[in-house]
Amino acid sequence: MQFTTTHINQLEATALNVREHIIKMSTDGGCFVGASLSAADLIVYLYSDFLNINKNNLDDPNRDYLFLSKGHDVPALYGTFAELGLLEKERLKNHLSVNDHIYWHPNTKIPGIEFHSGSLGHLPSVAIGVAMDIKIKGGTNKVVCIMGDGELNEGTCWEAVLVANAYKLDNLIFVIDRNQFQANMATEDLVPLEPLYDKFTAFGAAVKRINGHSFEALHEAFSAYPFQTSKLNVVIADTVRGRGLPSIESRADRWFCNFTSSEVEDLLKELHGEHLTQLTSETLVVR
Amino acid sequence: MSYEELLTETALSDDRFIVMTAENRALVRNIPAKLGNRFIDTGITEQTMVGAAAGLALRGRIPVIHALASFLSMRAFEFVRTDAGIPNLPVKLSSFIPGFLSDGNGPTHQALEDISLMRGIPNITVFAPADEDDLVKMLPQIWNHPNPSYVRINTRKTDYQHTPFEWGKAEIIAKGDDVTILTYGLLFEQALIATDILKKEGLSVGLINIRSLKPIDERAILEATRDSSLTVTLEDHFLTGGLYSIVAELLLKHGLTANILPIALNEKWFKPSLLPNVLEYEGFTGKQIAEKILGYKTFYKQPEISIPQFSE
Repeated sequence: MQFTTTHINQLEATALNVREHIIKMSTDGGCFVGASLSAADLIVYLYSDFLNINKNNLDDPNRDYLFLSKGHDVPALYGTFAELGLLEKERLKNHLSVNDHIYWHPNTKIPGIEFHSGSLGHLPSVAIGVAMDIKIKGGTNKVVCIMGDGELNEGTCWEAVLVANAYKLDNLIFVIDRNQFQANMATEDLVPLEPLYDKFTAFGAAVKRINGHSFEALHEAFSAYPFQTSKLNVVIADTVRGRGLPSIESRADRWFCNFTSSEVEDLLKELHGEHLTQLTSETLVVR
Repeated sequence: MSYEELLTETALSDDRFIVMTAENRALVRNIPAKLGNRFIDTGITEQTMVGAAAGLALRGRIPVIHALASFLSMRAFEFVRTDAGIPNLPVKLSSFIPGFLSDGNGPTHQALEDISLMRGIPNITVFAPADEDDLVKMLPQIWNHPNPSYVRINTRKTDYQHTPFEWGKAEIIAKGDDVTILTYGLLFEQALIATDILKKEGLSVGLINIRSLKPIDERAILEATRDSSLTVTLEDHFLTGGLYSIVAELLLKHGLTANILPIALNEKWFKPSLLPNVLEYEGFTGKQIAEKILGYKTFYKQPEISIPQFSE
């Protein structure tokens, strides 16, 4: 694919629409807005340009896979699916309704979602199983697993890196949404992860660290896949929690948000570059 | 008094107490500032937290540890069993959003087998308070008992004033000849509503807040099954392994039988949504419970444990 300015503009327009969907889902029960906004560009890029996944090939064993392991960023995935035609846009209004399957964590009743998640540190290993079978069968499909940085607290993430390395899974890419926060605080203030690049490298992976909000940087990194023969690929995507909404960007107390409908209207304006939003809804509703 | 106030007061007055969390701070928001180095947040590492709690307990501490119910009871299960259960160390598990309280999170966060799992570990005691008042009435005894414990934390406020907690005893709200509802946790609220409806229908209705699943109040249960025509087990738990199983085990142990209507989740997770919608969709509102009881006609007919073909 030609990576032209026009194409970048298209990706940015899609990502903006996805952010609108996320914000609209953050009321009447709310959702994990900040983590969804940090992952939105990554998810839009991967489905638009890198992964061979579309509504017509979901049953094809030779298609690619994306596992959303952090899980609570699923509004970004619902929004991307809606923009790319995998999910009817109207259905996003069914968020948290008992009449649909759109809730706070992913589930496979939504076509295109590979596996349910929400319990952290599970999907790196599930992705390993899929990548192993592709290797056994001599396939060329790519397997991506998006993980949160807070999720890296869980020991199973690191077991997965060791095992992926042992089995030389160069068809597997772990993408870390490095938004610097977990539920309650900055990652570095709790269980420090840095130097993260060095940690993954020491565990045997081929690592790239990029700006996760730059489509050029994403394009450059993923164009280099596989990064190194016989090694697990890791992309550390530096992102901003709440990206697009300066009122909540990188605020520790805005993890799970249940905004009022008027706040949502103001946040949508803020997304399009207008004034900051006065937030009065309850904060720190920690799940 | 809230859960957090009670925990803060307890820990400030007894320096054996350590408050721990695997980055679930909803219940302990203000405790770091109050307890200093006796507050420990291990990050999202439930297994490591439980192991560390055992190490602290080895040194004479009483760790009160926090995580979401499903991760505390399941992800860390073997650490709980091996590091707290086998050595019988006083590790105190506070499990957040158990049962229906995980509302819109989905099956990953639905702890519906926690009672079953935890009561299966030798030495571990298991409790499920009806509301915040019940919770703060039972915790002092639980925390000061030498055994490890698992508590389904329920901080919902109701108008109900519970009687003082007695170790191993259920709270008998009312006795009834026609039907007695046995329940625990947040469904107590709905059971009260169901009881009122049934009374208006002219039935003599009993209600027991089980409170303590292990040790279980054998006498309260056996008297209810003996004195009522019908006994209902009502729980936000899988049918397997929870209160229904406990009652069945108890009756068998005493060579008895009874008419039992179990209301539980039979081999299924619940539909994720906000709590009131969940209760309505799954048939657990007070009104729906009363209707089920009124419609119950077939004595001695117990439900099949279904093996459905579906995936979430």
